[in-house]
Amino acid sequence: MMLAAVIAAAVLVAVAALLALVRVERGPSMLDRAVALDTLTVTLVCAIAIEAIWSRRTETIPILVALSMVGFVGSVTMARFAAKEPEGEGRVRTREEVAAQARAADVPRGEQRHEQRDGARVDAEDDAESAEGGQR
Amino acid sequence: MTHVDPGVWTTVADTVAAVCLLAGAFLTLGAGLGLVRFPSLLARMHTVTKPQVLGLILLLTALALRVRSWSAVAMLVLVVAFQLVTSPVAAHMVGRAGFRTGKVDPDDLRPNEFGEPD
Repeated sequence: MMLAAVIAAAVLVAVAALLALVRVERGPSMLDRAVALDTLTVTLVCAIAIEAIWSRRTETIPILVALSMVGFVGSVTMARFAAKEPEGEGRVRTREEVAAQARAADVPRGEQRHEQRDGARVDAEDDAESAEGGQR
Repeated sequence: MTHVDPGVWTTVADTVAAVCLLAGAFLTLGAGLGLVRFPSLLARMHTVTKPQVLGLILLLTALALRVRSWSAVAMLVLVVAFQLVTSPVAAHMVGRAGFRTGKVDPDDLRPNEFGEPD
């Protein structure tokens, strides 16, 4: 009975990890990927727990503690440095688009600086929470 | 592998552990499905912070019922506590960054506390 339950649970968790990977691949934004990677971390914790359930082992439990402690750091860091992405940035580009961007990078200095200002990093300081932050 | 005395209570604990195991794995699968199926960033965040955490708690309950040692249970409680403390922090940061960078439709927020005061 336990064997059947463990196998079923392992299959369910593996499918959940695959679905999280699908979301990591699709995006469309960095934050979606951060959320999906969070899910992937917790799925890893679940997988280790299932292994420990099957073998009645206790020595893998400290791994669970460590993973649950540091698992959220990734998404918090990505959220802290999230920037307003240009249109279409949040997906995997084709070769033609990469080549087009490389050609566009040869534009004169002045225009480049203009582009950079538009895509500036959003400041997450508390005093930016006013109307300015709302518009962005 | 620790030795476990066969007996009726062992059977009961293992049965409850199997039920918790299946329920927890099912909720984890639900989190994965929601991550793929849900349409917006906030909806996807919901799957990471709710079914995912409950699924993990159920799986760790199953583990506690299987190993039945107090030192292991103490560490599992620690895992659950960390998960409960950190997942709202991560969700808050992601939600706020999503709003700031224009990935959240302001019409989804009722009331919209980030919006302009009337």
